[in-house]
Amino acid sequence: MHYMFLIYNCGDRPKPGDPGFDELLTRVNAFADECRRRGAFVSGHPLKPVTTATTVRVREGKAMLTDGPFAETHEHLGGYYLLDCRDLDEALELAEMCPQAQYGSTVEVRPVERIPGLNHGLE
Amino acid sequence: MSDLASAAVEQVYREHRTRMLAALVRALGDFELAEDALQEACSQALRKWPRSRVPDDPFAWLLAVARNHAFDRLRHAKMARTKLPAPPEPVTMSEKQLADLGDERLSLIFTCCHPALAEDARVALTLQAVAGFTAAQIARTFLVAEPALAQRLVRAKRKIRDAGITFEVPADHLLPERLQGVLAVIYLIFTRGYTTADASLRLEALRLGKLVAALMPDEPEAHGLVALMLLHNSRSAARLSADGDVVLFEDQDRTLWNADEISEGVALLARALRFGSPGPYVLHAAIAALHVQDPVDWHRVAALYTELLSVAPTPVVELNHAVAVAMADGPAAGLELIDGISGLDSYHLLHSARADLLRRLDRRDEAVAAYRVAHDLATSPADRRFLAGRLRSLEVP
Repeated sequence: MHYMFLIYNCGDRPKPGDPGFDELLTRVNAFADECRRRGAFVSGHPLKPVTTATTVRVREGKAMLTDGPFAETHEHLGGYYLLDCRDLDEALELAEMCPQAQYGSTVEVRPVERIPGLNHGLE
Repeated sequence: MSDLASAAVEQVYREHRTRMLAALVRALGDFELAEDALQEACSQALRKWPRSRVPDDPFAWLLAVARNHAFDRLRHAKMARTKLPAPPEPVTMSEKQLADLGDERLSLIFTCCHPALAEDARVALTLQAVAGFTAAQIARTFLVAEPALAQRLVRAKRKIRDAGITFEVPADHLLPERLQGVLAVIYLIFTRGYTTADASLRLEALRLGKLVAALMPDEPEAHGLVALMLLHNSRSAARLSADGDVVLFEDQDRTLWNADEISEGVALLARALRFGSPGPYVLHAAIAALHVQDPVDWHRVAALYTELLSVAPTPVVELNHAVAVAMADGPAAGLELIDGISGLDSYHLLHSARADLLRRLDRRDEAVAAYRVAHDLATSPADRRFLAGRLRSLEVP
């Protein structure tokens, strides 16, 4: 079963050159290695800050663009993992190991929906 | 004949409901479907058994009918969506596999108490699926509106199905923590039965605890929990007066204590202690066992609380430790410990314990002030009456 880890509130994470960045990088890489070792890793990326977001809606055939994220909240999506886990227990175990969960961020674990006929190459 | 048949259905249902439900959830991977199927099988039995004879193995008969009914429903659901491609097959089992299935009640309990469910949902689901309570009964017990409670149950069952919560006893490395979670749900049910003076709820918690202990005989904490509940329950008749007032431990009529429950609890505790390195429930039970001795060895009680603080430190345990120290070494020593506790400012028992020690130290004004705080924080009528009585006795010179 596939699970999406939605990582919120990454604003304070160290950036390249900051103290602690190398340590975080090592830990994040080790986490991805552990996921690969278990055969769970599908994909995962950090996202650029919400200041770079553009929101798109199409209404009556016309695209309306808004500068900024969908919701003006303090909780912003900062990155994600897509992992193939045996069950929720394994997903939650990996979420606990996830370094971002220990760096002031919050990891929301959501099972991926399976819709018959939808061919996104995940099954 | 018809009476005989309905008696037979009722008997199988009463004795084996949890086992049948567990087997069906395991076979179908879906709580709601399993419950509906079991209901349907029972109503078919009520219709069919009077006309033929009661089957040799009514348990297997009900399971097979329930499974077939569920499969029919799944097939119909699929046919109703012919325009769409077939949905993925649910986890299903053949009739033979179903018949060969062992006791799945433990899987059922662990699934109901999964930490990914909200605590109130875990309690409600355990009472419904394992103990066989109706939604109406659970709603009454927890003072929630029935539709809200029913909604909570449905949401929990769908999360189990849709989020990939597997129906099984957790893997070894997760087991200790998950077992504590199961025991915590059972103990919550018990304490609810204690605060609401609901004896049948306490008995249900005892039944649940005994079931887990019987299914996991090598887990000392499960035996510890049963011992703890028995020892608490043994004193329930002496805990409230005929008017529903709280009777303090030292004033309780010991002849009202249930000697059978005490000896059963003490025997279970001895068995749990033989495993060594006792966990929190075993230590709580050991403390409860010291309380039913006469006189109580408060130094031993205080020492056990110290041990408990090292395995499961909580502010409430700190408070109980302080009270035991006050009994062993005098009120001043206890008061010093109580004043060092943080995080319990809105807990009425901290203030009433503090007030009692101040009273015993003849610091009357401070005692009155502390009893007032306790009285204003207390919610149960019996507690409020007791604290109001204490206030009156101090304020009258």
